[in-house]
Amino acid sequence: MNTPLVDTRGASRIRPISIAILAMGGEGGGVLADWIIDLAEHGGYLAQKTSVPGVAQRTGATVYYVELFPKAAAREQKPVLALMPVPGDVDIVLASEFMEAGRAISRGLVTPDRTTLITSTHRVYTMQERIALADDRTDSNAFLKASEEASKRLHAFDMLSIADATGSLVSAVLFGALAGSGALPFQRMAFEATIRRGGVGVEPSVRAFNAGFEAAASGNTPQVKAVLPFDPQARDASVQSLVAPIDDQLSIVSRPIVSAGVVRLTDYQNEDYAKLYLKRLEPVLAIEKSRPGKSDELLTEVARQLALAMAYEDTIRVAELKIRASRFERVREEAVVKKGQLLEIVEFMHPRTQEIAETMPAGLGRWLLRTKWARALVDSMTTKGRKVKTSSIHGFMLLYIVASLKPIRPRSLRWIDETKRQEEWLAKVLEIAPQDYPLAVEIAHCIGLVKGYGDTHERGREKYDTLMALLPKLRERGDAARELAGLRKAGMVDESGDALKKAVAAIQ
Amino acid sequence: MAERSFKEEVKQLKLGAGEEFKGEAILAVTKALLQSGVSYVSGYQGAPISHLIDVLNDANEMLQELGVRFESSANEAAAAASLAVSVNYPLRGACTFKAPVGTNVASDALANLSSGGVKGGALIIVGEDYGEGSSIMQERSHAFAMKSQMWLLDPRPNVQTIVDMVEKGFQLSEVSNTAVMLQLRIRACHVYGSFIAKDNKRSEFSRLDALQNPVRDVSRYALPPFTYQHEHEKIEQRWPAAVKFIKDNKINEFFDGEAKDIGIVMQGGMYNGVLRAMEIMGLADVYGNSRIPLYVLNATYPLVDDEFVEFCAGKKAIMVVEEGQPEFIEQAINTMLRRRDIQTRIEGKSVLPMAGEYTGSVLKAGLQKFCIAHRPDLLAPDEPPQTNKSLPAALETLGTNVQGRPPSFCTGCPERPIFSAMKLVQREVGPLHVSADIGCHTFASLQPFNIGQTTMGYGLGGAGASPLSGQGGKRPVAVVGDGGFWHNGLVSSVGHQVFNKTDGVMLIVDNGYAAATGGQDILSSAANVETRSTQHPIEKAVRGVGVEWVKHITRTYDVAKMRDTLREALTTDVKGPKVIIASSECMLNKQRRVKPLLRAAVKRGERVVRERFGVDPDTCTGDHSCIRLSGCPSLTIAPNPDPLRRDPVTKVINSCVGCGNCGEVAHAAILCPSFFRASIIDNPTRWDFFKQRIRDAVIGFFQRRLERKMVSA
Repeated sequence: MNTPLVDTRGASRIRPISIAILAMGGEGGGVLADWIIDLAEHGGYLAQKTSVPGVAQRTGATVYYVELFPKAAAREQKPVLALMPVPGDVDIVLASEFMEAGRAISRGLVTPDRTTLITSTHRVYTMQERIALADDRTDSNAFLKASEEASKRLHAFDMLSIADATGSLVSAVLFGALAGSGALPFQRMAFEATIRRGGVGVEPSVRAFNAGFEAAASGNTPQVKAVLPFDPQARDASVQSLVAPIDDQLSIVSRPIVSAGVVRLTDYQNEDYAKLYLKRLEPVLAIEKSRPGKSDELLTEVARQLALAMAYEDTIRVAELKIRASRFERVREEAVVKKGQLLEIVEFMHPRTQEIAETMPAGLGRWLLRTKWARALVDSMTTKGRKVKTSSIHGFMLLYIVASLKPIRPRSLRWIDETKRQEEWLAKVLEIAPQDYPLAVEIAHCIGLVKGYGDTHERGREKYDTLMALLPKLRERGDAARELAGLRKAGMVDESGDALKKAVAAIQ
Repeated sequence: MAERSFKEEVKQLKLGAGEEFKGEAILAVTKALLQSGVSYVSGYQGAPISHLIDVLNDANEMLQELGVRFESSANEAAAAASLAVSVNYPLRGACTFKAPVGTNVASDALANLSSGGVKGGALIIVGEDYGEGSSIMQERSHAFAMKSQMWLLDPRPNVQTIVDMVEKGFQLSEVSNTAVMLQLRIRACHVYGSFIAKDNKRSEFSRLDALQNPVRDVSRYALPPFTYQHEHEKIEQRWPAAVKFIKDNKINEFFDGEAKDIGIVMQGGMYNGVLRAMEIMGLADVYGNSRIPLYVLNATYPLVDDEFVEFCAGKKAIMVVEEGQPEFIEQAINTMLRRRDIQTRIEGKSVLPMAGEYTGSVLKAGLQKFCIAHRPDLLAPDEPPQTNKSLPAALETLGTNVQGRPPSFCTGCPERPIFSAMKLVQREVGPLHVSADIGCHTFASLQPFNIGQTTMGYGLGGAGASPLSGQGGKRPVAVVGDGGFWHNGLVSSVGHQVFNKTDGVMLIVDNGYAAATGGQDILSSAANVETRSTQHPIEKAVRGVGVEWVKHITRTYDVAKMRDTLREALTTDVKGPKVIIASSECMLNKQRRVKPLLRAAVKRGERVVRERFGVDPDTCTGDHSCIRLSGCPSLTIAPNPDPLRRDPVTKVINSCVGCGNCGEVAHAAILCPSFFRASIIDNPTRWDFFKQRIRDAVIGFFQRRLERKMVSA
């Protein structure tokens, strides 16, 4: 019984609509697939879906695959529907996150002759991006460009912010965008009816659906926000007068950094401290002046690093930042505290003898660190971390008293140590700049290795010291800037400094 | 309490003749078991058959009405052993587990079962976890069928065929006195479809009949000399009976096609994938009408020689689509045809890859090669793409930007602090040799923990560590989950180390469920489950087999205590195994249980405190050491709001459940003061409001003073 074939390759051939959903565990990808099935079955279609949940539901990425086939075309013979997407043969790809869209493209599920790609542009960072010692985020612009190039039609916008605003999940926004895209042969009403039949969290889902629909139907070209979180044009009026004398020597790049530095140090200590900052920058300005027409890369980096180094995070600074009214307000917003609800805030702090001694006047601090019995006594009181309830009067006042030590900070042990280090670093930069400008810029970068608190801070300093000790050797070998940059990157690879040790060994 | 409730699905199990069942294939299998009149079902959970176990657990009342006993087996060996009941009595029974790992565990019982053979139909439903997304080693169940002489069904992956094969499987088992394996690939298990139901059947012979009239037939024992007879029986009686049944009942399917000089043979499970590839290539239409004759093996073991001879008649070449390796079917066909001197060329692994999943593109490439070699005229020329966009250009733009997303611990997982603590201990005592096990805790082997050397199987962590018994001041560490502990670990790991006087540390991760397989209850579950006996403490069991040094930590989130206990276990003078039981409830299950209760309490106007954590962006320096010690999905990064800083800050997102691990880690590792806990109080009491007013007044006063100082500074 050889059934005559219908035209299997012609334009008239009937084919299933194939839909791949890329989502991460717990994102509602399964619900979205169920909605599509329900929508299709009520719209006169046969529907099949599969997935491989397994361990993927524990935060891994999952592909749900759905095929729809018109019942009217099924005749007495049922269609054979596939259980997994075939590259080049997918009509619609729904991605709950931007890298997942990238994954769909790299797996060949999105093809320019065929696929409507509907994706959110927000990012859920991978473990690799999150555990980096510095900044290892991927470039969302690459996802956007690839999405435009790989798809026939693209609907890309930030669905997470819509989901958050409507109190729903990305899956509901995706469902709305699917309806708004017009890629499926069903009316908007039918989509909404599906959500209502589901019966769980209907109202927020419908709100998110509507927002997603409008966004997709309006067809706005997507934009990925620039990574810069601040407006480089913004100027703080209070620092105008301080910056004014050197304002004409600053470029569009260095000006906001210097201004921010002045703001930071005024806030950190006082206006005099900010003036000291500007004074320290003067020789760098002079160097830049001697190279007219060139970028002021060195100035920008020194201005940035110096401000951060001078505003080091000691117990006084931390205490002050923790108890500010603006900070209480920020926590209130982040925790989404509504009317009629109360908020309590508990800080997880662990000052060690080291930090306590560093806050003391230098002589007393050194004595404490040196004197066995005193150190042991303070050690015994600081073995455990402290939970300080800043929203209570007791906890608040504790930190308020620490913050009140600010006027005596310039006499503290840490201040003296930090000032010495800053000046040594700056001297090195200034010494090298006239001979090897790129190397000076690189040295300016290196101080960035020192950050964090406690052990993290100490390890960072060790790395920095290692690099500085290597400087003479690097300069002998030539192209010291490039080599130092390589070593600095190696220092960013792991916490323990193993990668740096290897890189250093390779040089020696 | 399992991860998913199947109350709705249970209703479908009651459907009568003529009604339409809609749902996942694995649930349809459950219905098919009832339609086949099973008397008992047993199983051990694991993807992709966990849903079968869960739905039967939820359907207990209904099963009792039908006289069906459902057992949550201790492990796969226990599940397979339950089929012993079908050896002497005309009772139909089924067991289920994940393959091939479950089959490995069950193989002792399966070999015994296969030797003596069965009287009542015995079905072994194996969920094949093979291919992309699989969590286990890639092996074939086919080898088990061959070595023990069980029959293997591999039905076409549509719900109707799968259901039919359950019923036929029981019949096949009975006519050939052999247990039958029904193999279901992971996507097939989760495929959503429908079939027309039949009435459920109650077994005519009951379990009570068996108990009251025990049958003894020593010739069914797997004992010499009977085992020698069994081997002959397998070949002389059971095999021919099976082949005859498969032929007579048309278990395997033939589909004709115009290109009669070639053909394609495939495992039933491959059918939909092959047909889609053919449809794309113009070799078939969407209804399965193929231009090339097809022979679909819904029974892949034993093969039916006559059917092959018939199919190959007049064909110059056939293509065998057989996923996985070794290529048992292809080898068998070659032998079969050579013995009969049939010269049809066999293409199989010659056109398809030896290893790896047969995805759509792999199948397309294989079909292309086969057609080019034997019937190039069937291939239509490729249509030129009608677009000026370019996929290669898109791929180039993507570059290496797409990173993997390996699974990891969920938000708030109580296992995370255990491994944070272990990471901290390693800073003190140096790197440890950690013998891992199967379960959620296996994720510790990946970033950011990077803990664990290898894993040897479920409940075998302790046994895997034992040969390295303490020397030179160091001890091996073994991790076993509560699931693995009750599956096999009590004897194979704990008992083993006690008996061998192993100087090591065993960490038993007790989260109250077999969490990795979907949150099924186990012996030590805290929940009171009506149909099972739970709340048996692990500590009692461990002490019962002779461990002297046992520490029980009842709140794993106490990272410092966890670290100190680990250090003590690694350094104490006590000989023999040191066991730490780390107990905290699986957060996924806890949230599912607690969330609705809290929501209801808030609605009733009760005072409810909800906690979540946060990070102050102005004190966070963006070094992310907290993430490297935690890895919580709710602990992520965000652009730095500080114009002077470049590195992203750490941020706690709204999915935070307030487990407190990040704060505890910050404390234990002395990380940074940026973490805070925000307690949000719903329906505060008058006392709460009163306190708040005073606090606002005092704190507000000093905050304003601070502000003035800042301005005047």
